[in-house]
Amino acid sequence: MTETTAINDFYRTTFEQCGQEGFLDQPEAVRQMRHSAMDRFVQLGFPTTRMEAWRNTSVEPVAALEFHLPVEASPIDPRTIEPFSLRDSFQAMVAGGRLVPDQLPHDGLPQGVVIRGLADALKRIPEQVLPHLGRYADFNEQAFVALNTAFLSDGVFIQVPEGTLLKQPIHVIYLSTHATALVNHNSQLPIITHPRTLVVAGDNSRLTVIEHYVSLSGGTRLTEANGGLTFTNAVTEITAGAGSIVDYVRVQQESDDAAHIATVQTHQESDSQVGMHTITIGGKLVRNDVNTILAGEGAEVAMNGLYLVKGRQHVDNHTRIDHAAPNCTSTENYRGIMDDRGHGIFNGRIVVHPKAQKTNATQSNRNMMLSDTAMVNTDPQLEIYADDVKCTHGSTVGQIDEETMFYFLSRGIDRETARRLLIHGFTQEIISRIEADSVRMSVDKLVSQWLPDGQDSINVS
Amino acid sequence: MSGDSQAIDRLTNQEYKYGFVTDIEQETLPPGLDEDVIRLISAKKREPDFLLQWRLKAYRHWCKLYKERGEPHWAHVNYAPIDYQSIVYYAAPKKPPAYQSLNEVDPKLLETYDKLGIPLEEQKRLAGVAVDAVFDSVSVATTFKETLAEAGVIFCSFSEAVQQYPELVRQYLGTVVPYTDNFFAALNSAVFSDGSFVYIPKGVRCPMELSTYFRINAAMTGQFERTLIIADEGSYVSYLEGCTAPMRDENQLHAAVVELIALDNAEIKYSTVQNWYPGDEEGKGGIYNFVTKRGACRGVNSRISWTQVETGSAITWKYPSCILQGDNSVGEFYSVALTNNYQQADTGTKMIHLGKNTRSTIISKGISAGHGQNAYRGLVRIMPGAAGARNYSQCDSLLIGDQCGAHTFPYIDVRNATARMEHEASTSRIGEDQLFYCQQRGISTEDAVSMIVNGFCKEVFRNLPMEFAVEARQLLEVSLEGSVG
Repeated sequence: MTETTAINDFYRTTFEQCGQEGFLDQPEAVRQMRHSAMDRFVQLGFPTTRMEAWRNTSVEPVAALEFHLPVEASPIDPRTIEPFSLRDSFQAMVAGGRLVPDQLPHDGLPQGVVIRGLADALKRIPEQVLPHLGRYADFNEQAFVALNTAFLSDGVFIQVPEGTLLKQPIHVIYLSTHATALVNHNSQLPIITHPRTLVVAGDNSRLTVIEHYVSLSGGTRLTEANGGLTFTNAVTEITAGAGSIVDYVRVQQESDDAAHIATVQTHQESDSQVGMHTITIGGKLVRNDVNTILAGEGAEVAMNGLYLVKGRQHVDNHTRIDHAAPNCTSTENYRGIMDDRGHGIFNGRIVVHPKAQKTNATQSNRNMMLSDTAMVNTDPQLEIYADDVKCTHGSTVGQIDEETMFYFLSRGIDRETARRLLIHGFTQEIISRIEADSVRMSVDKLVSQWLPDGQDSINVS
Repeated sequence: MSGDSQAIDRLTNQEYKYGFVTDIEQETLPPGLDEDVIRLISAKKREPDFLLQWRLKAYRHWCKLYKERGEPHWAHVNYAPIDYQSIVYYAAPKKPPAYQSLNEVDPKLLETYDKLGIPLEEQKRLAGVAVDAVFDSVSVATTFKETLAEAGVIFCSFSEAVQQYPELVRQYLGTVVPYTDNFFAALNSAVFSDGSFVYIPKGVRCPMELSTYFRINAAMTGQFERTLIIADEGSYVSYLEGCTAPMRDENQLHAAVVELIALDNAEIKYSTVQNWYPGDEEGKGGIYNFVTKRGACRGVNSRISWTQVETGSAITWKYPSCILQGDNSVGEFYSVALTNNYQQADTGTKMIHLGKNTRSTIISKGISAGHGQNAYRGLVRIMPGAAGARNYSQCDSLLIGDQCGAHTFPYIDVRNATARMEHEASTSRIGEDQLFYCQQRGISTEDAVSMIVNGFCKEVFRNLPMEFAVEARQLLEVSLEGSVG
């Protein structure tokens, strides 16, 4: 207990010190919210494995360390981020938790579409940001949201006005390692960033947003104990107006010693259609909390996830879909591949509230185990308080099917190729659901690279 | 549908056909719990020292749990805190009958008995009427005992086993459910009053279904019951617990422990029908049924099968589990849980796969009506050594009425790449088209619902012993009365 208190005190102290640097000029409302979030975080403390929602994930490694806020990011060489770029997209970049202003898109944005830094937006157009910021991600219950909110300073604000259809995807790159610690510019210190993203989709608008979390190789990554570790504590809030269509893709491929804790909270108005795709490839300790509230009648959500876990990675996916209005539909599909000593977790909860009659909810989680030392937990959960509902869930754990393998072998395809094809095929059900072609192809490429003996593409000819 | 809704109202407003009877107990300790109470219980039962020491260890562990964490609260149930100091932990098992003849018994209760087709003498026993000489418990029990003794089966009350077979008790007690297992298991281990003990020797197929139903001398064992069943190599036993009729019972908290042990090639089939007082229609009163049931498939090719029909109790909180230790062992769990009015159930199973090629099947059917809250909570854990393990789980929920809830919380934990595990669950209500089809053919709404519900539960009922299956069907009908929605 004393250690935890010490760490809480550390964050409290950091909080009080950061009156400067990026926290200036915040509207009073934000300042107040940050203070209450800090108080709440100190009350809540880091979650422990004794808590139901955290029973499979110990955050001990991050709770025991003093993570420092980063200072100004060093200038970014455009070539280093080239591999992550996506053709035909509006690109923005956040490094060390701060928006990089010269990377913002300037041309071709339809009228009224806003893509800008959160700090900048809070300064210049607070009336558009404040009605939404902090309204969806609840810091009263979730410690990491509280911590993020307490240190809220920058990130990205995206707004698409009513009736606007944005063809090109908006691509936001988050660099976690490209910064040094606030204290003494010491690159040896563990660094925490709290990127915050707010997406406001107006009624009948349409857009695709990709959040892409990466570590730059050869950056400040160090192998020393405690040194150079990065901890990304991201919060994204999305509000989908009535009749809007939002496709949200989250790709996380940070380095394999990074800690990444993310909360995505979506709020859906009536007849909105939201796709949420969570692709997890990187990180050592990863926790994704992806939630949506179907607040308006006729709203639909397709929640997809893919987690590729190897080495000693620990990836915990928690999702929650709240059916709060009648006639809503949710389709959830999560797939995981576990190799080496990886530990994958899926915990999906669907809550059907008493008024949400005519709900249609399906949930499926399928897992492939490639090694005996890997581990998987899958907890698909239904909590239903209405009676006129159709809810099903299913989950499976298995391995490469020997009969399918036989089919390949009998056609002269060698075992290794067949294995790669089968694993790759297993991921397709998730990847193929991403709407935007360029995004889908880029995700598919990343997944191919992950595959055993991963090559960019697999040719069977 | 207005005619229906009237019928519904009428039926919904039916009261539970049975009330509590409190009478003055003899030889009863004052309420409260401390080490002296445990020493006294142990002394009264003339227990050997090892058992007393075990009880005391359990009690100390319980105190520690109570102080540090209190009762566990993770289950999806709500209830007022239990005052453990107001419970009477020892009452002499012999009680005067509450009534002198069936005429004094609430006629509505008798009606229920009739619906369930319970023989007259049985009815008397259940209602707490003095049993006449013809149906003398001792003589009936003796007949059975002779048959069993011929086969070498030991079937007696737990207290008797402690006196006569202390070595067996010592060898197996607490090896499946240690007193450190959970809060209520610790409490039970400290204060358990009595229960049943079964030992099936090597290669013996128990000649009859063992049942607490006819084991009259050990009835009224109170709220902290402890059952221990050991099936030695190559043996088979089918054990029936509880009965379909509402039991007369004065205890609010029931914290029983059941331990099953199956050695090489042995098979244990354990069936439960639970129909305790569920509380009135406003959710007042009713039994808290917090039970720890676990079976260990210790030997190769052993098999443990749990079948339960849970219709009673205000709160049911139980997870009959199997530890599949022996290679090729099999665990099965078949359950029907029904919650009506304000009943709450959080029930399911745990299947822990340790041995190679172990298999488990889980079939759970939850039915919620009225304001009932029904949760399935189950764990399937496949450990690294359980190569080729296989699990299939299916949990279906049926909703009747818009005030109830049905929840599914499976936990699946796989640590072996050759294991296969499937889980499926669905939740829906009785289809209007199904009801319409039946009504069209002149079947009343109530009968149609009961027909559909029975069809829904068929997979589970099939696993009940014959006579139980018939009664369970009727029981479901009675319990569902007034919930047609």
